[in-house]
Amino acid sequence: MTSLKTPSLPNRLTIAQALELLRAKQLSHQELYQALRQQISQSNDQLNVYLAQEPEAEEIAHRYADLPLKGLPLAVKDNFSTQRLVTTASSKILDAYRPPYESTVTRRLQQAGGVVLGKTNLDAWAHGSSTETSDFGRSLNPRNTEYLPGGSSGGSAAAVAADLCLGSIGSETAGSIRQPASWCGVVGLKPSYGRVSRYGVVPMGSSLDSPGPITKTVEDAALLLNAMAGHDPLDATTSPQAVPDFTRALGQSIKGFKIGVLYLDTPGLEEVAPVYHHQLQVLSELGAELEPASGLEPRLAISVYTVVQRGEVSSNLAKLDGIRYGRDRSYFGGEAKRRILLGTFTLSKGYADKYYVLAQQVRTLFVQDFERLFQRYDVLVSPSTPGYAKKIGASEGATMFGELEDMLAEPSSITGLPGVSVPCYRDEASNLYLGLNVVAPMWREDLVIQVADAFERHTPWNCWRSPDWARSAHADNNRSPNHD
Amino acid sequence: MTNNQQEYQLVVGLEIHAELKTASKMFCGCRNDPFAAPQPNIHTCPVCLGLLGGLPVPNKKAIEWTVKLGLALNCQVNLFSKFDRKHYFYPDLPKGYQISQYDIPFCYHGRLDTPQGTVKVRRIHLEEDTGKLLHKTIDGRAQSLIDFNRSGVPLVEIVTEPDITSADQAKAFARQVRQIVRYLDISNADMEQGGMRLEANVSMKTASRPQLPNYKVEIKNINSFRFLEQAIEHERRRQRKILDSGRTPDQSTRGWDADAQQTVSQRSKEEAQDYRYFPDPDIPPIRLTPATVDRLNKELPELPAAKLERWQRQYQLEERFAQPMAAERHQAEWLDEVLAAAARTDLPANRLVSALVNKKITVEPGTDPEQVIAAYHQLTSSDEVDSTQLAAAIDQVLADNPDAVTKYQAGQDQLLNFLLGQTIAAIKRRDKLDVDAKAVRTALQARLKDLIRPGRSATS
Repeated sequence: MTSLKTPSLPNRLTIAQALELLRAKQLSHQELYQALRQQISQSNDQLNVYLAQEPEAEEIAHRYADLPLKGLPLAVKDNFSTQRLVTTASSKILDAYRPPYESTVTRRLQQAGGVVLGKTNLDAWAHGSSTETSDFGRSLNPRNTEYLPGGSSGGSAAAVAADLCLGSIGSETAGSIRQPASWCGVVGLKPSYGRVSRYGVVPMGSSLDSPGPITKTVEDAALLLNAMAGHDPLDATTSPQAVPDFTRALGQSIKGFKIGVLYLDTPGLEEVAPVYHHQLQVLSELGAELEPASGLEPRLAISVYTVVQRGEVSSNLAKLDGIRYGRDRSYFGGEAKRRILLGTFTLSKGYADKYYVLAQQVRTLFVQDFERLFQRYDVLVSPSTPGYAKKIGASEGATMFGELEDMLAEPSSITGLPGVSVPCYRDEASNLYLGLNVVAPMWREDLVIQVADAFERHTPWNCWRSPDWARSAHADNNRSPNHD
Repeated sequence: MTNNQQEYQLVVGLEIHAELKTASKMFCGCRNDPFAAPQPNIHTCPVCLGLLGGLPVPNKKAIEWTVKLGLALNCQVNLFSKFDRKHYFYPDLPKGYQISQYDIPFCYHGRLDTPQGTVKVRRIHLEEDTGKLLHKTIDGRAQSLIDFNRSGVPLVEIVTEPDITSADQAKAFARQVRQIVRYLDISNADMEQGGMRLEANVSMKTASRPQLPNYKVEIKNINSFRFLEQAIEHERRRQRKILDSGRTPDQSTRGWDADAQQTVSQRSKEEAQDYRYFPDPDIPPIRLTPATVDRLNKELPELPAAKLERWQRQYQLEERFAQPMAAERHQAEWLDEVLAAAARTDLPANRLVSALVNKKITVEPGTDPEQVIAAYHQLTSSDEVDSTQLAAAIDQVLADNPDAVTKYQAGQDQLLNFLLGQTIAAIKRRDKLDVDAKAVRTALQARLKDLIRPGRSATS
């Protein structure tokens, strides 16, 4: 089914590959976990990806051998409650907190045969887009360790990029899956809000938080989403509608698709816009109809997002009152304190109407704007981020760092839409990546998977699908070297 | 004291909290049974402990019961409603906010008639109860412990308009509300355990002016009807003194000190809180259909006021007998069966019910109506055995009214009614007994017949 080549090291396998090899008994759990242990011991200290690791991962994997995911090792962002491993949300307040219960996402993954190999670093409380606000130090971008992995799911994206797991789980409030995926050259899928349960996820912006997979390929994202998605009686905001088999969207033609191209003329994107224009041609070659589209100014989404999310943060963190969890509020880092203060202000009497209510009204305008766009287009595409990964230290002192980096994901985040970031270019000099964000109407993850998968299969930018891209002469010449 | 003392009118609004007795808690599957729990913190989960990642899922039954209560209190129902977060810090509130309803309660614009006048209900909303703090001395050290068994128990809050004009009326209203929630079978409304809690907003206005006063005093955590009455009465006297001296009472929160028999200040307005309400993003808005409201309306039992009115209409039952029998629903419904059975045999409802109320017939509510009627017949026949009392009363009346007897004997039949009335009054006065007028009339007629036989003149 795929043109993937089997790498010499099992930790470099995709989920789909590993499942196939395990099924064919050409790979054992022992080989797989040994390779992972070796890779982790080699690079985790430098990359600072895992905050906690499961000591009995391999034993657990054996027990899961007959389940659909066959005991495959997954990295999970450290804001998902796990009974076996400390759950810190990268905050010192929780440095000794072991939840007495399991999040729905990790429970479902385990029931499907996934093993939580370890918990990955994030911006503290998921506040940020760099992992630099983590109380346990920043993670580094495995593609180039002078650069940041992005965030807040930076550890999960880096774990995938560095082959420290076969796939990972992140959570996105606005960009927190797609931005680090873009920066690390991996696939990040943010499902529709309400498609995946938030039960057991340390809450950030409750009306926005969407758990989703970060993986090596779009195919792997579909596989993990199948295991995660669906109504949860413990989360009233999950949708009761049936979940399709997302792998059915793989390998499908996108001929006749109408695709709107957004945000390429946004100020600040001058450098990368030509690259996107160029890379998007493959979609036309595959039979889709591309057209420049214009939506509401993404900078407006920053304002909406900032007000709504800060308000919800100030409320959600009120339970960290120093009575439980061991440590008091003085352990909050600067970013959390800023967000709590701003959120408290915008929800205050006399100001709530001016800020929170107004923001929700503008949010509705964005919903209507996308409804308008989707009357014309099947999907919308845009850059996932305004540019390549930023250097370490870039977020320090930049209080709106995340909002600017996530600007292009925010309109679809505040409207709850599904989106996927798929690698769409690699800069040879820096080895850094750009990501293409594909957005579809609510509940149409199948469409973003279909388009991103088609793009991935017909471009050389996925380093697991095209392991020998490095030997190619020039990026422009090998845009589509290995059509299926 | 000044000479030009004003006439003041008491202005009272009530806030009544009642815990609903649903099987599970408001936002999680934990058992809702805080009072009977054998140990603290056993009916708990990540949701009602407020753990990170716990999410509230609203209890449908609690919402329906709230709507039912609203319908029983003649409220309008919001078909679109939502839950909001109300933020404040207290150790018994694990999330740092309480899930409540801010601007769109389930029910609004209701009313309830009390003997002292109609009281408008501003709103009824649904929220979650808090945990319970226990202050104990353990190993010689003062400790505060938290029991989360009560955390997340569904709690309705009924808020009235400031229509109440006396402590007496406040008590009557609160009592009626308790009676109604018990009729609806949605709450035990146990005041002592805290299953029902009262707060009163009390102020005084100048009788001649229609506007509300520019201050109010909130009396919190009142846990008995008597204390409610006493607290309001005490506030009336306290505020009157202040007003008489030309000052305005402080806007404040006070509590009732039952031992000292006075309200005591707890918080002044300077510390007024900003709860930073906003819609709870974890709970989608609640949409009710007119069909649901219709169904809930049909499920309402006959409520006390309607019952009394129907008993009056159908059986001419006097309110003084009917009222105590309507106090509790199962008793009232049983009485309905008894009354229906009695009506089939032409038994007088008032006499029967008065016998029940005065414990002349002692039967448990629920007893087979036929047995009740049999017991009543036994009682009245034993009254006949006591015919010496009746005879004595008749003889006394006839002796006291010789003119009337003579005129009756002369053919003025209408005087029989006069003599009958006198006899019944005499029996009631002397023996404190209710009598069957029919039986007295028969005995009286017989006695008067005897009198006209020769040689047995009463006047001789």
